[in-house]
Amino acid sequence: MDLANYVPGAFTGLFKNVTELITFAYDVPFARAVVFGVHIGGHLFVEGLLLVVIIFLLSQKSYKPPKRPLTTKEIDELCDEWVPESLIPPVTDEMKREVPVLLSAAGPRTIINGKEVVNFASANYLGLMGHEKLLNSCTSSLEKYGVGSCGPRQFYGTIDVHLDCETRIAEFLGTPDSILYSYGLSTMFSAIPAFSKKGDIIVVDEGVHWGIQNGLYLSRSTIVYFKHNDMQSLQSTLEKVTQDNKRAKKLRRYIVVEAVYQNSGQIAPLDEIIQLKEKYKFRVLLDESNSFGVLGKSGRGLTEHYHVPVDKVDIITAAMGHALASEGGFCTGSHRVVDHQRLSSSGYVFSASLPPYLASAAIAAIDVIEENPQLITKLRDNSKILSTGLLGMQGLELASDIMSPLVFLRLKKSTGSLKSDLQLLEDLADRVLKEHSVFVTTSKRSFVDKCNLPVGIKIYVSAAHTESDLQKACESLKIVAASLFSD
Amino acid sequence: MEFANGGIITHDKDPSKAENQIASRNQNFRRSGPSSPAVHFADIRYGLLFAFGQLRDFFRKFIDWWKASNLQGYAPICLGLEDFYIRRLYLRIQDCFGRPISSPPDAWFDVVERVSNDNNKTLKRTAKISRCLNLGSYNYLGFAAADEYCTPRVTETMQRYSASTCSTRVEGGTTALHVELEQVVADFVGKPAAMVTGMGYVTNSAILPVLVRNGGLIISDSLNHNSIVNGARGSGASIRVFQHNTPSHLERVLREQIAEGQPRTHRPWKKIIVVVEGIYSMEGELCKLPEIVSICKKYKAYVYLDEAHSIGAVGKTGRGVCELLGVDTADVDIMMGTFTKSFGSCGGYIAGSKELIQYLKYTCPAHLYATSISPPAAQQIISAIKVILGKDGSSRGAQKLAQIRENSNYFRSELQKMGFEVLGDNDSPVMPIMLYNPAKIPAFSRECLKQNVAVVTVAFPATPLLLARARICISAAHTREDMVKALEVISRVGDLVGIKYFPAEPKKPELEEGRKKVE
Repeated sequence: MDLANYVPGAFTGLFKNVTELITFAYDVPFARAVVFGVHIGGHLFVEGLLLVVIIFLLSQKSYKPPKRPLTTKEIDELCDEWVPESLIPPVTDEMKREVPVLLSAAGPRTIINGKEVVNFASANYLGLMGHEKLLNSCTSSLEKYGVGSCGPRQFYGTIDVHLDCETRIAEFLGTPDSILYSYGLSTMFSAIPAFSKKGDIIVVDEGVHWGIQNGLYLSRSTIVYFKHNDMQSLQSTLEKVTQDNKRAKKLRRYIVVEAVYQNSGQIAPLDEIIQLKEKYKFRVLLDESNSFGVLGKSGRGLTEHYHVPVDKVDIITAAMGHALASEGGFCTGSHRVVDHQRLSSSGYVFSASLPPYLASAAIAAIDVIEENPQLITKLRDNSKILSTGLLGMQGLELASDIMSPLVFLRLKKSTGSLKSDLQLLEDLADRVLKEHSVFVTTSKRSFVDKCNLPVGIKIYVSAAHTESDLQKACESLKIVAASLFSD
Repeated sequence: MEFANGGIITHDKDPSKAENQIASRNQNFRRSGPSSPAVHFADIRYGLLFAFGQLRDFFRKFIDWWKASNLQGYAPICLGLEDFYIRRLYLRIQDCFGRPISSPPDAWFDVVERVSNDNNKTLKRTAKISRCLNLGSYNYLGFAAADEYCTPRVTETMQRYSASTCSTRVEGGTTALHVELEQVVADFVGKPAAMVTGMGYVTNSAILPVLVRNGGLIISDSLNHNSIVNGARGSGASIRVFQHNTPSHLERVLREQIAEGQPRTHRPWKKIIVVVEGIYSMEGELCKLPEIVSICKKYKAYVYLDEAHSIGAVGKTGRGVCELLGVDTADVDIMMGTFTKSFGSCGGYIAGSKELIQYLKYTCPAHLYATSISPPAAQQIISAIKVILGKDGSSRGAQKLAQIRENSNYFRSELQKMGFEVLGDNDSPVMPIMLYNPAKIPAFSRECLKQNVAVVTVAFPATPLLLARARICISAAHTREDMVKALEVISRVGDLVGIKYFPAEPKKPELEEGRKKVE
């Protein structure tokens, strides 16, 4: 205790003595100096000195390494020396591949190379292509409005049929409003960046198609992938994202899924997704491109299929180039969701609007769907027939859902690389077309497409296919597969 | 008909003088642009609108206090400032945009009248229509309306191929018609091969990402269209911007970038693509293509030319800016364009070397994943090109091209004489009239509509906030009487709204340059 008290005391004493000594030493020469009646203490002198030093230091240039910018000559040399890569990589044999050219409409039967083939390569799910009602409405629309709309929606590109079509879609799905896009592919990649910006969180299935991937990239949000159509993985991802991020509550959070995945033909379990979404308070963006007009009792899509009220899904998008046998896309949801896109969605604001006759076609197609629910039943039966008929194939297995109109066959054993897998599948499709006149197609992968699901044979079933068409497809695929995968 | 003597003859007599005059005006605009009094007033006015909007939001908060929040743990779906702009600024003048029409967008069209019962928040269509002169659509050659040559062929194609292929180009969506279309387009543009997609926007935004990636550089004009901006962003390449239509600045940027290399690592760039547009749709300016091409050649950069507005609209045979400005198409590596405008259809194309197109057809997402262009639309393009080239056996195409040139130059010179601040170059069918002031947007648009002239007014997000403008697109379908009427109305409304920022009928160009813009 003594020591503890003593030490600080000794220090203060020492400090005091030293200060006194210094003050005395300073004060001595000027102790009696008086300028204009003011006593000048020694400290004033010291402060004056300090001031001089500060000014001196400030006036000095700080040290900078000498700058020697490139001379014009040097830049010229650099420019001359620079050799750019060629614009495109060398053209390989795969690039030279020609695609089959159709000589008639891409209906359930079409003509390729002068031969009639059964067409399983068009997503004409309900067989509405060439439907009389669609043709009539398109023709009268063409005669009334011409072909193109010659302007974006905001600048006199809005034609009354666009508004009618938007109302018709909303009415059909039971949503408050909807918005038309002029192209299916641009729908998702414009809608996502309109609602999600830097910092927001998007949890997305790893198997989504390129349109969605591009939208995610353009939104610059934080993207977290979960395993393809795996609800456990979705739950753990949501849990992790919510726990990791303390600010998660304040950010906009979305789950992005496809109803029927273009890359696998699987169907997203919407009931479970809605449960999870409500638990973790995420919004759901659902792409119904391959399910609108297909799933559900009356073709109202995935929500009807799972008996989920449509307002549980916040944003629904779909391309109209499939079941509706038209072109373009739409997005539907609450008034707020739709109105926001009319000024913030780049593909809507900065693009010419949908040609009016295609909007008329979409309206007519929805009318036909409502009047003929048997088309949907027929499609479902056809999908089941084909899916079950393709079970037990050699070398290939069914990857798609049995209800999906997009039947997807993947290789049982990959050859090791994407390229050789694709080559194998394309050979198979070619042989099926040439030897059996059945037109099926394979997955395509651009190098910008980040989807890593296995590639496969894609078969688009239509309500217009007859039972014999389906049988023919099953048989021919089996025969060719058996000869290809015999060893 | 007194106008008839005015514009064209002076222009024909001494085109260089007229061009000088325009150039000096444009420069005058640029120099004084951002600091001119009109812009300053626009500043203050936006400030006022902002302040009142905020005030209203403040009171709205108190009203909403009692209502239970319906967010329930979700973050609001629309962001603050963007949402504020829509609610408090855009909705007030919503009726000036997106006016529905119920006829083809020809020289005259039927505008559907709308009413609002809730202060413009929602607009309802009525059964009433008014027949208006159309100065808004990109119907440059007049192919929007039914055409004696095109329409029968289009309907026939519709019967044969139906409205859609329901498939992508690489699956079952390539018909003989698509093959023919690509050949016709390639020949028309003057390139060995072409690829067609179903939407112009997607063409840009899906092709840039496969052409250039990390380690590459895109040098883009500062006023390029949003589709190019999105495509460039989507590519993952670095992006630099050069001053709008300024070749000297482009050269500076190119030199700087080649010397510097990639950021941080300073590795040399893999490749550089310079992206420009033929006619800038919001400025009406022609691209200074000859200078830009020669600079790109010198520095080994690739040229990507977007001819969305120029293809079919300018040039002696409608082949776009290359033809107009005398640039060899072989010097432009990638030529892009759309069919929405001059051809009255939809879709876009990329034209280039055979190898380039082969590569794109193998990798481009728009080719692999998007529905192919609708067959009737494809037929419309083929037929329109045939008409333009005179392959339909008539001289209508050549007449249309001569007509649009004459119409545009006449209309532009008349507008300038009246004292409007008109942007853009001669021969361009797009002519923006500067408004600046946010209150003048609805005033100009509504007053013109009242007198049966439909004009487009453009504000944010299509232009910078302070540079609001009205944009006039002239068509070959407009007759001289149409234009005389339009000019009368615009002049009257211009006086009323006070947007003749220049003195009318300047006698001497040098006198005018010295003067300040007066409001």
